[in-house]
Formats: sequence, structure tokens, C-alpha cells
Amino acid sequence: MKTFDTAFIERLYRSMYLIRRVEEEIARIYPTDKIKSPVHLSIGQEAVSVGICEALRDGDVVFGTYRGHAMYLAKGGDLKKMIAELYGKITGCARGKGGSMHLIDTEKGVMGTSAIVGTTIPISVGYAYGLKYNGSDSVVVSFFGDGAIDEGAFHESLNFAALKKLPVLFVCENNFYAIHSHHLSRHHSDNICERAASYGMPAEKIEDGDIFRIYESAGKHIEAIRQGKGPVFLECITCRWKEHVGPNDDFHLGYRSEKEVACWKEKDQLTRLRNLLSSNNVSVIENEVEQEIKDAFEFAEKSPFPEGVVLYEDVFKES
Amino acid sequence: MNTQRLLSYPEAIREALNQEMERDPSVIVFGLGVDDPKAILGTTKGLVERFGPHRVFDTPLSEDSMTGVAIGAALAGLRPVHVHIRMDFMLLAMNQIINMAAKMRYMFGGGDIYVPLVIRTLIGKSWGQGPQHSQSLYPLLMNIPGLKIVAPSTPYDAKGCMIQSIRDDNPVVFIEHRLLYYQKGHVPEETYTRAFGKARLLAEGSDITLVGISQMAVECLRAKRYLEEAGISAEVIDPVSLSPLDIDTIASSVSKTGRLIVVDNAWMVCGAGAEIITQLIERNINMQVHRMGFAFVTCPTTPTLEEHFYPNAKKIASRAYEMLYPDRKPWTPKTELQLEEIEFKGPF
Repeated sequence: MKTFDTAFIERLYRSMYLIRRVEEEIARIYPTDKIKSPVHLSIGQEAVSVGICEALRDGDVVFGTYRGHAMYLAKGGDLKKMIAELYGKITGCARGKGGSMHLIDTEKGVMGTSAIVGTTIPISVGYAYGLKYNGSDSVVVSFFGDGAIDEGAFHESLNFAALKKLPVLFVCENNFYAIHSHHLSRHHSDNICERAASYGMPAEKIEDGDIFRIYESAGKHIEAIRQGKGPVFLECITCRWKEHVGPNDDFHLGYRSEKEVACWKEKDQLTRLRNLLSSNNVSVIENEVEQEIKDAFEFAEKSPFPEGVVLYEDVFKES
Repeated sequence: MNTQRLLSYPEAIREALNQEMERDPSVIVFGLGVDDPKAILGTTKGLVERFGPHRVFDTPLSEDSMTGVAIGAALAGLRPVHVHIRMDFMLLAMNQIINMAAKMRYMFGGGDIYVPLVIRTLIGKSWGQGPQHSQSLYPLLMNIPGLKIVAPSTPYDAKGCMIQSIRDDNPVVFIEHRLLYYQKGHVPEETYTRAFGKARLLAEGSDITLVGISQMAVECLRAKRYLEEAGISAEVIDPVSLSPLDIDTIASSVSKTGRLIVVDNAWMVCGAGAEIITQLIERNINMQVHRMGFAFVTCPTTPTLEEHFYPNAKKIASRAYEMLYPDRKPWTPKTELQLEEIEFKGPF
């Protein structure tokens, strides 16, 4: 693996730290009921979003899932608008109408997340069709979990993307569980990449969660996609530390062991990055990020809830 | 003379598509069979030759995902027209239509998110279309905020509504009925739009209002002819736009006639008729009402049962007569009118 300069590692660390700390703050505040939306925390899975989004450039877009905080922030989504959205405030990125599961920041290329598993995959593909149609060299990244592999839309979308050689990178964040159901209880065998490849695209699996590997691999694939070589599939094995929905651990449920998660905590990419930086640099970054988070939660607290009249707005766009 | 120009219903749709694709390079048309030799009963004939395969293309049999593709393309600035040759097939796309297309603008707080998407969908009828080639699912869709739904019955409205649908910045479900494809009517050559939320008064009358949806508008016009022999004057309205619904036009007609039959081109439970009548009751309109629609069973294939399944002009006329003259014995039209259109004969 090539060596990365300090500035780049600082960028990664900043993004990773921001996501981790935002999620921790959400978990801390959640019991107060100030957050008016179910939350599906990304803690433990940050490296996938950060590694891939760092390989993108302006004009590239991402679509994701209800577990979308990491993707939203890694792509540069506005933190204040995100927290305000979770608080149900009019200043939220969806004016309080979407909540945690429907984050969007079109200026930053975050094109939306969905609560229905697999639904943004074909939409990503359609967006890629539009980019190609308009002669753009931007690319789309479609993020989804291993649960989406079970959906027909996943297979239909890969087929069509390959058929039309569309500029899309499919990223399966495989944390092994669709809620509490293990992927090998839903799949005949551990062959997600083989299935993706059979539709006619390169498919790669990254098993160790290494953020540098994810970044380098994504960068290589995105470059090929940008050159018009068609879609690529990337499976990133990862681990959700918290419960499926909510701020807590869930080992008491018994569907997975603490040990299973512990081995991922041992190779936490946030800690790894921190150890690559000087303590001075780390504290500068952390202080800045802490302030940013504090400001965002204050912004959300102070923002008003939508007035009743807002209920009937945004159903249709007036031409 | 343009004013004399007659086009069939599919010709009107084809002309609308041609004109809009010519005007706006962001318009694309796709769906199963749009570029095949039959070209969706001729409505997409010649489009691929004229505009190229990047703008007009066949798709895999993936209704749900191709709807998602249409949504994504719309977000990227295109104006897709997605065609389902059978409305029954569109059921496979309901996840994307209802969970995404209808909701995206709202759940992302408006702003620059909008979905200019046209979903063309065809209802089948007669000659053994049977359980899964005959469904008419607009009541399901009327229940969903965020969708516009039109079901024009005349070639004139078909062209105007198609152009309006393409130019609209929201998802529009454009419902066509196979039997309407035999309708011919005045269609101007120039482009024009037909505003949504405006019903069409097809024929004036004074004794009873007949509201017919999609092909049932034609059956209501025929019923009006039958009723003339009984000395009854029927007013006939095609709502054209089911969502939004122009209740004002219907209300003003019913206020005049005092009687209403809504003939749904679908099952009646929670249907358009139920909605129209409820809205009229909420306006305290003094009226007699009746609903007609599909028998509440699956559509059978054999013609002897199919005959009982659908409302038709004679049944509508009989029911109207009964509303006017509840004390007289039942009446059925005796004469057999010449049908203005050819009935659909298979095989498809």
C-alpha cells in the first residue's frame, strides 16, 4: 500500500471523527426525546462511507439508506441541517418532513436516503443514465446493505446498469445482518460478489474494513467508471456496533455475540487514524469538530418547529 | 382545415410524443416493447428511428426497477415517459411509484427535488382479457398523495393531457383504455396542453348527470342516446383528471339535474364514484345518487360472464330510467344503436 501524506490522513480522521462523535451525541441525547425520529446509527461502519466519499469529487452524487448519517456527513452534507432534521425542525434538510431516514443535501451531491430496503439502487442507476445521457463524466455511488441483496430491485438494477454501461459504483456495506437476520440465513452461500459479477461488471470484496484499502479501491474503480467502462460492484465487510435502530447495544438479544463485535472494535479505523497523527494535530481537529457539533445541536435546539401550514406544502412542484 | 382534422386516440398520443420529444431533448420514452414492431399499438411507432435508441428503448422485464430508473433519470434532469402496456403489470412497480415517486418531493422537503415522470398505462377489456389483463387500478392510486392521475376519453384530451403530463414537474399516471383506441375525434395539429383538474362536459342534458370514467364516458354517451327514446335528457361528464378531481363541474351539473350516476371503470369499493359522491354530499347537494362499476369479482374470461361483469350503455340507461321513474316497471332500450367504434377483436 502506498503511503499517504499527513494532510490526507487528517482529512480522513476529521471525517471519521465527525461521524463518530455526531452519532455518539445522538445516542446521548436520544433518551431526552428531543430527537423526533428513529435513528439507525452508523457507528462502526464509518470507514466505508469516508473511504469512498473521499475518492469522489464535486459533481459526483450518492444515494443511500436509512442508515445514512455516515454517508451524508462523509459526502459533506450540512451538519446543522441534519441535526435540525432529526429534531423535526423547519430548518432541517427536509424541513422536518423526512427525519433521520430521509437525509438530503443536493448541493453536496447527497441525493437522498430511503427507509425501504433497496429502493435507491434503481434510482441511482437512473441518475447515472441521466449523467451519461447528458455527456457528464460524473459518477453515482449507490450505498446499500446486505439486506438489499435479497431484493429484486438489486438484481434488476445491476442488470440494467451493466446493459447500458452506466457510471455507477454499487457499494454493499455488508454488516452481516438485516435487522437481526444473518446473511447466511438468507443466502445459500457467501457469494454476493459472484452474483454481482454475473451481471457483467467487476466485483471486489474488501474484508478487513481497512479505510485506506477502501479509499484506494474506490478511487481505482471510480476512475474506470469515469472513463466510461461501466459499473463496478464493491462489497465492504463491516460491523454495526449498536442495535439496528436506536442508541443502545443489543447483545442481550442473543442474535450475535459481543465477541463478534469486539474484533471489529479492536481494528477500529478511527483509533488507527488517530495513532497515525501527532497528538497536537489530533486535538486541533477534535476541538474544531466538537465546536461544529455543539453549534449544530444548538442550532437544532433553537430552530422552530414547522407551522401547521407547512403540512400541505411540498406535495407537488408548481410548474 | 385544422379544425376538421380527425385523429384516432393512439394517433393523438403518438403526435403528442413526437411533438414533445422534438421540442424538448430531455424527454425520453421507455418500457417493454416501445421500440418493437407493434410499438405499443402504434403509439410509439417511428420514435426510435426519429430520436434514436438513447431516447427510445425497450427495457428488461423489471417494472419496479425501471420505475426507479425513471425517477433517477428525472432527478438528473430528464423527462421520462415509462410505458406499461398493461396496467396489471404496473402492480410490479408500486413500490417505486408509491414509496418513492409520489413521496420524494415531500419527504425531502421540496426545494430542488422533484420528479417529472409520466407513467403511461393501458387498461384492457373484452375478447378474453380476463383476470390479469383487464384491471383498472386508478382507485388505488387516487388514494396516494403526490400523484396526478388522468384518464382522458377523447383523442383531443389524450393529446392535450399527454403534453401537459410531460411538461408537468410531478409524477403523472396517464391511463389509456384499449377500447378508446378506436375513438376518432378532432385533434388540432399544433401543440396544446390540457390543464389537469378540469372535467370535460361531453354532452348537455337536464334530467340526470352521468359521470363516466375512461371508457365508461363512451358508454355514458351511448346511454344518453338510448335515453332519448325514453324522453330522458342526460348530461355526460368525463372527469378526465381523477387527481386532482374537478368536483365543481360535477357539482354544478348535479345541482341542475338533481340526479347522478357515476360509472366507474373499476371496482366501486373505495372508488372514484365513492369519492365523487361523498364530496357532493359534503356540499349538501340535494340529489339522488347511484354508483355503477365492475362486479366485485375477478374479471372472468368467458364473454357470457364478462357481459355481466362490466357496466354498459344499456345497463346505465336502464338504471337512469329507474331513478327517474322508480314506480314504473323496469325499462331496457329496445333499439340497437350502431356502435360508433369497432369493438376490440383479438388476438392481441
